[in-house]
Amino acid sequence: MTEPQRVRVTGPPRRRPAVRRVDIDEDTHLGEIYLGSLMRAQLSIAVRTLALLVVGVGSLPLLFWLLPGLARTAPFGVPLPWLLLGVLVYPFLFLLGRFYLRGAERNEDSYADLLKSDDEAP
Amino acid sequence: MSLDSAPAIVAVTLVTLATLTIGTWGLRFSRTTSDFYVASRSVRPGLNASAIGGEYLSAASFLGIAGLVFVSGAEMLWYPIGWTAGYLVLLTLVAAPLRRSGAYTLPDFAEERLASRGVRRLCSLLVVSIGWLYLLPQLQGAGITLELVAGAPRWVGPVLVGTVVLVSVFSGGMRSITFVQAFQYWLKLTALLVPVGVLVAVWAGDGAPRPADLGLAWSLPMGTEGSTGLYATYSLIAATFLGTMGLPHVGVRFYTNPDGRAARRTTLVVLALLGAFYLLPPVLGLLGRVYAATPASADTLILELPRLMLPGWAGDALTGLVCAGAFAAFLSTSSGLAIAVSGVLSQDVVVPMLRRRGSPFGGVAAFRIASLVAVLVPVAGALLTPSVGVARGVALAFALAAATFCPLLILGIWWRRLTAYGAGAGLVTGLVTTGTAVVVTIGGWRTGSWVDVALTQPALWAVPLSFTVMIVVSLATASHVPAHTTRLLVRLHTPEPKIEPAATPALQR
Repeated sequence: MTEPQRVRVTGPPRRRPAVRRVDIDEDTHLGEIYLGSLMRAQLSIAVRTLALLVVGVGSLPLLFWLLPGLARTAPFGVPLPWLLLGVLVYPFLFLLGRFYLRGAERNEDSYADLLKSDDEAP
Repeated sequence: MSLDSAPAIVAVTLVTLATLTIGTWGLRFSRTTSDFYVASRSVRPGLNASAIGGEYLSAASFLGIAGLVFVSGAEMLWYPIGWTAGYLVLLTLVAAPLRRSGAYTLPDFAEERLASRGVRRLCSLLVVSIGWLYLLPQLQGAGITLELVAGAPRWVGPVLVGTVVLVSVFSGGMRSITFVQAFQYWLKLTALLVPVGVLVAVWAGDGAPRPADLGLAWSLPMGTEGSTGLYATYSLIAATFLGTMGLPHVGVRFYTNPDGRAARRTTLVVLALLGAFYLLPPVLGLLGRVYAATPASADTLILELPRLMLPGWAGDALTGLVCAGAFAAFLSTSSGLAIAVSGVLSQDVVVPMLRRRGSPFGGVAAFRIASLVAVLVPVAGALLTPSVGVARGVALAFALAAATFCPLLILGIWWRRLTAYGAGAGLVTGLVTTGTAVVVTIGGWRTGSWVDVALTQPALWAVPLSFTVMIVVSLATASHVPAHTTRLLVRLHTPEPKIEPAATPALQR
């Protein structure tokens, strides 16, 4: 009875290869372009999130100032200002945070992919 | 001292003992200078978020909001909203790059970005000013609380909090304080959640009475005095949304994350923890109205409410619990601020001074000397200056941070053309404008015109002014853009390799 020979079983490497920063660390023209595109993408997702914050939350004092009658409405028996400012605003802020987090990590992943494909090119 | 004060004294003693025990236990993990400053950058997002929440929910959140809502109504809901939304702004513009900068403190970041010792010193001055300004209302709140619940003289609170903070900072530094603060978040949440649950049940049992007619003004989410109220509301929004990123104890927490992604995820968990907490204080403010409470001051409403609504041992027990939460709030925020201020004082004042004298003492000893100064000065201040109310006092610290560190961080991270001259000019502008406002507000001078409102809520004009000065002066000194700007921005914005290279501590400079 012959024992089967032991083999080492390995999967594909789990860890993403380290982002190559050597080139872009030098002040090369290519580095400027890569950095510019990443910064623009990250700034854009940040600005979009903050715009939603300004529209969704920042507009409320002005809204109630222009339409004081709104403060008298009471959906579900709770006056509207209390419902909006005391309760609903917090889930809204969390969802905005999650929206941003996903966008920012997606940007970083595609940036890492860009550098990787650049590395693999001859 | 009467029998009434027994639950409060028990509660305060237990919180103090728990804090010291956990702090000493954490000491076993604190070995290096890096442990003391940034817990060796190895705190996981869940634990770190609890610690941030525990540190951030100060006396202003715990006592102040319920009292302000009780007195002034819905417009005061902007305080907790701003304190939460500030973390969203921090998350989108600052969190990951700040962590990736690899600096220990805000002054480290400024020096690294702008290669200027002058800007660094200015930032150190600001960290210490904001930290002390923020510590003042915490300590005064402790004085008021102990006076009310235990009949102690006003000075006992500040001195007790100062001593406990000093002992825990002294012994364990950042590593042990992380455990203490994570514990204190959950303690504070419990200390509001249980009373809110019980008191709402009592209210429902009483047939859910509506508050006496409150008038429309109480439900309006901006002030009552027409456009002045609208200005004050927007100014508060500007100060809190933009000031959070510049608070010294908030900034230092980001350096304890392992990497930029973890910094972001931590911030998202913080948003959830803060949102859960801030649902509670307004409920107590409303109940205060329903039961027509007449608290000694707005800040003591939630300490008096349980006994008002629920006589007997149950009311006593709830008072004790609220008291424990309040004390946890004083201790955690004060420790966080003391750590941040000590870090800056030791790097920029104590270490250079010791070195000049050829002293053999190293980083940890310097940190301990600095923490002594960092705690003693605000304790003295709390004993000597009048209280402006916990939440309003804290709002001034936010305005100062918003007009100085907010432009520095945002332009430093996102704008390549920032120069040291521009940053310095903008910081000085913010310091002078909001500093004047702080002195006038604390001093209590009033002119009886619109100037009062502009000075008690300076953020709406002071923040844009600082941004403008920083940008204009930077453009005028365009030849002084630091040569390493692009390289540094690459580091701030690119995801780090999965295995971190050894951190380069600023102390080695």
